[in-house]
Amino acid sequence: MTVRGLSARGLTKVFGGLTAVNNVSLDLSSGTVHAVIGPNGAGKTTLINMLSGDLAPTAGSIQFDGRDIVGYSSDQRSRMGLGRTYQKTNIFGSFTALENCRLAAQSREAHALSMWRSTRAYPSLEREAERALAAVGLEQRAMAIAGTLSHGEQRQLDIAMSLATRPQVLLLDEPLSGMGADESASMVGLLRGLAKDHAVLLVEHDMDAVFALAEVLTVMVNGCVLASGTRDQIRASDEVQRAYLGSAEARGG
Amino acid sequence: MEFFIQLLNGIQYGLLLFLLASGLTLIFGIMGVLNLAHGSFYMVGAYLAYWLARQTGNMWLAIPLELAIVFIIGLILESTLYARLYHRDHLHQVLLSFGLILIFEELRSIFFGDDVHGVPVPESLKHSIPLTSTLSYPVYRLFISATCLAVAGAMYLVIQKTKIGMTIRAGSTNREMVQSLGINIKLVYRWVFAFGVTLAAFAGMIAAPVSSVYPGMGSQILIICFVVVVIGGIGSIKGAMVAALMIGIVDTLGQVLLPEFSGVAVYLLMAAVLLWRPQGLFKVA
Amino acid sequence: MLVLGAMCIALVPLTGATFYIQLVSKIMILAIFAMSLDLLVGCVGLVSLGHAAFFGVAGYLIAFLSPKYQAASFWLTLPAVLMISAALACLIGLLVLRTSGIYFIMVTLAFGQMLYYLFHDTKLGGGSDGIYLYVKPELSIAGSKVVDLEKPLQFFYFVFAILLGVYFLLRRILVSPFGHALAGLRVNEQRMRSLGFPPFPYKLGAFVLAGMLAGLAGYLSACQFGFVNPEILSWHYSATVLMMLILGGAGRLYGAILGAFAYVLLQELLASQALLGSLAKHWQLGMGVSVVLIVLLLPSGLASLFDHFGRPRLAQSGG
Repeated sequence: MTVRGLSARGLTKVFGGLTAVNNVSLDLSSGTVHAVIGPNGAGKTTLINMLSGDLAPTAGSIQFDGRDIVGYSSDQRSRMGLGRTYQKTNIFGSFTALENCRLAAQSREAHALSMWRSTRAYPSLEREAERALAAVGLEQRAMAIAGTLSHGEQRQLDIAMSLATRPQVLLLDEPLSGMGADESASMVGLLRGLAKDHAVLLVEHDMDAVFALAEVLTVMVNGCVLASGTRDQIRASDEVQRAYLGSAEARGG
Repeated sequence: MEFFIQLLNGIQYGLLLFLLASGLTLIFGIMGVLNLAHGSFYMVGAYLAYWLARQTGNMWLAIPLELAIVFIIGLILESTLYARLYHRDHLHQVLLSFGLILIFEELRSIFFGDDVHGVPVPESLKHSIPLTSTLSYPVYRLFISATCLAVAGAMYLVIQKTKIGMTIRAGSTNREMVQSLGINIKLVYRWVFAFGVTLAAFAGMIAAPVSSVYPGMGSQILIICFVVVVIGGIGSIKGAMVAALMIGIVDTLGQVLLPEFSGVAVYLLMAAVLLWRPQGLFKVA
Repeated sequence: MLVLGAMCIALVPLTGATFYIQLVSKIMILAIFAMSLDLLVGCVGLVSLGHAAFFGVAGYLIAFLSPKYQAASFWLTLPAVLMISAALACLIGLLVLRTSGIYFIMVTLAFGQMLYYLFHDTKLGGGSDGIYLYVKPELSIAGSKVVDLEKPLQFFYFVFAILLGVYFLLRRILVSPFGHALAGLRVNEQRMRSLGFPPFPYKLGAFVLAGMLAGLAGYLSACQFGFVNPEILSWHYSATVLMMLILGGAGRLYGAILGAFAYVLLQELLASQALLGSLAKHWQLGMGVSVVLIVLLLPSGLASLFDHFGRPRLAQSGG
């Protein structure tokens, strides 16, 4: 159990008659990418939603930096150091890429409630935003209106925005979704770089990317953990092959 | 006994509110459309009752005729106006329905003038039931309560026990899926809307002999209706019943006990509920 | 573009007719009211049907604070009214901002009505008859009058100055960190929360600011007419200001000003007996039809017609 990390124990979510997530436990630590894979409907997004605070668990605990954060709202968790991206790209289309990141960085500054001076009067915000954009490789596109960026660039911007909040943990929900081969390759490179200083949870369907990035995998089926272990263990597991990997490879990953 | 009579009045008022609020909550819960003009349909029902009573002198004939008229108006309005607003901003829905309120109010003013008019209670229901040697309770008011309960019961049966009801319940939670099952969701919405506003008009019709018809009656009852829906929970018919009865009783007793503050009492109740449960008493998933 | 509009307004008094001067004064006050609502509706996405409550309460407040046959001090009464408006907005905001979407609309409607009934049914403010403001507040420094509010021309330019002031103040707030956060919350609240922004303080701040500015408009309106009655608190009035927003275009601030002009001019047109004879009495019919048409055909208001003159508001505000 690491101190600077996120661990979940026994997370369960029941919606009426449906148990979407059943007794799931996992650990995230800095420097490691932990991937959560499984067929659609396995409960992966519900799991991430519980970790980020968008959804309250029916049962279970989540420890971050030694504290139980289950009672904390999503904005509180973000301020504590949890960053997340969503399956659907959630950028602010009418702002420039830089403005998007600057807004994200603003949440960390005391003067977020300041009404009088223009945001341009806060150079530290600008620097934070530029740093975040550079980290994802979008520094050339800083002045472009976010809505005009390509799909891949928008996904990168989404991550940059989360990075601008200086998180320790990154919860990424299908960052590669909708990307072509080239874009995927650069995203994988970006994520590999991020993994060095962050604890990363990755929910993905792209198996090539998953095996390229993740050291630890958890396989979920129907809300339950089917298997959890290192990359080699999971790849070698017959159970996982039958339940998910076989069909995933047949689909092309 | 005085108190008992006021209690009965409160229940009757509450049941009437239920009729209105259930239409509003149905339209909102299922279609996501905020219809400010709901109160205008109440007014339309009341004025139609007034007019048809003068023309035919026969309430029993008037009712089905009126309901049919309002239903058709509802169908037309939905298909020409409201249907375009399903994916739009709340602001647009508020303003479209507000525009309709203005139109309805002015049409009323043009056709019926601005005076207050009484509507006679139908002959068959004119008598009162004696409660004590000096006090008696009007049968017509009992008729109103009974009718509202009957409609409530019928609605419950339809929504819970029939295929149509199931379609409606499904449509409120997952519109796309219902559409892909081959059910014409647009048609369902049209009929639900027409039904909802017809309920409002029906409430206006049966209330007319008790409340008279006057300008602004629609706006007045609309606000209370909103309070009922907020307290009861949007989309919940059960909530609408509980909240309507609560408000009916509080408002009626309030007017008797503390007339100056009765108007405010209902809103204080709403504030209290909101502090405790911002989604209303019965939240629909 | 805006400079042109401002110049047009400033030149109105040249016509010499007191009627026009007073009419445009009235419109400018409504424009301030509309801009305050635009902050909530256009910039934060909160549709309030109870905003007239702040306008009306402020009007009643200055009427209460004005001694019967004497002028109250502007320097004392305005800050007092603004502060009370802000406090009221804070109180109501704490309750209504717990809700969102449709609930918020209904709840603001109900609170507005609560205040309406408070003034209408009780003896607090003269009941449904309203009360009078016999002498307008005095605006003087060291004993000499700076602006004489009793004179229509001076009142006109006074209000004009305030209108410009409010416009530039709001513009400034919108490019501040606070303003950017509001814009983000309007577009995607969930994303903003995941970035660490708690929505409530921002919404409350906007609500209080909007309430205060509505109070400013109410104060000026009471000064202009010398009379307040409960109708200025009604939800009908709140909905009327929303109409101005959609006529002019919500979210652009200058759209609110445009909308106020468009509404009042449209009303004058529809109610003009010279044009429509006996139908003029029913001008609300025409107004209702106009609103329905605008919602269906031109939902972004008149301001959207000027779109090719520059990028829409948000992208202009930063970068």
